[in-house]
Amino acid sequence: MSAQDFRHPLKRARGLGSAQSGLGYWWSQRVTAAVLVVLGLWFVAMVLSLLHIDFATARAMVAKPWNALFLILFVVTAFWHVTLGLHVVIEDYVHTRWREVVLRMVVTFLAVLGALAGVLAVLRIVLRA
Amino acid sequence: MAEFSLPKNSRVRQGRHFPALDAKKPRTFRVYRWNPDDAQSNPRIDSYEVDLTGCGPMVLDALLKIKNEIDPTLTLRRSCREGICGSCAMNIDGTNTLACICAIDKIATGDVKIYPLPHMPVVKDLVPDLTHFYAQFASIKPWLRTQSTAPDTERLQSPEDRKKLDGLYECILCACCSTSCPSYWWNGDRYLGPAILLQAYRWIVDSRDEDTGARLDDLEDPFKLYRCHTIMNCARTCPKGLNPARAIAEIKKLMMARRF
Repeated sequence: MSAQDFRHPLKRARGLGSAQSGLGYWWSQRVTAAVLVVLGLWFVAMVLSLLHIDFATARAMVAKPWNALFLILFVVTAFWHVTLGLHVVIEDYVHTRWREVVLRMVVTFLAVLGALAGVLAVLRIVLRA
Repeated sequence: MAEFSLPKNSRVRQGRHFPALDAKKPRTFRVYRWNPDDAQSNPRIDSYEVDLTGCGPMVLDALLKIKNEIDPTLTLRRSCREGICGSCAMNIDGTNTLACICAIDKIATGDVKIYPLPHMPVVKDLVPDLTHFYAQFASIKPWLRTQSTAPDTERLQSPEDRKKLDGLYECILCACCSTSCPSYWWNGDRYLGPAILLQAYRWIVDSRDEDTGARLDDLEDPFKLYRCHTIMNCARTCPKGLNPARAIAEIKKLMMARRF
């Protein structure tokens, strides 16, 4: 605190007030985490089942409607969860405002890119099957 | 970025050594020292050998013995010497606690290391600047807020409702929990920290308070409340055995409850 600051400590503590949000963010992080536990187990099981089989069979497996649906769900949920988590890390540790904002946007952009690429990959397999 | 190493002027150096002569039961106390009148110099660790034969059982007794008999320049806060005022909160042997209820022989063998509460501006030696912490407490308006007309007698509360304040009302605002919380270290300017959130919940859950919604509104913020990442240092360190993390979780549950 500088000696030149005449503001009352309460002014500093109250700051800009409540942002009236935060619950949705926090809740989505929990829900996506819980969903990922289930989908993650399914994903590992499916990948293991693809071992030692030829390309055409593996491709046909992924193209099955339920498998494709769960794969898309897995990719989207995973990237969503990663975005929420990284945003929190950035808010916690990056205290230069412009860096914080830019990093958050970069993370969001890359996550959307990754999720779309994953969805596109699955769709290509499904539509060509 | 968050600060992971101390600024140049804050690096702690080796200070003076005060040996005890002819001590029957000597124990060394290594104490953080910094004097604002000598602001150019870095903080230092002074070590004091204290003869425990003529000393009370608590760390505060040893600190007062040092101040009275060895080095009167040592500065610390203390008042009640029985764990109810919260003045002598400091970091002892790596854990925030109250010096007055921390027994010397409970500390593992070796030197007793004593520092001020972590990550707060230091006023002098073991005295941290808690101005912002107290202002944050004031910001939650920690008093009974009502809309109804005041009754002629006390506002009544059932024994069951009174029980809900147990584990909350005992908080003495010593700041041990908040200053042990990494989230509070990195974002203490906006995050209210475990102590203040426990106090906020104390009023949210009080059956006589009628401003529950407004209290929740004030906390509905990514920084004020949701910086809690359940690290749980608060519950581990609380010298009164309280669980601020649980109070924070209860606030989050109430935030959910009013949406569904």
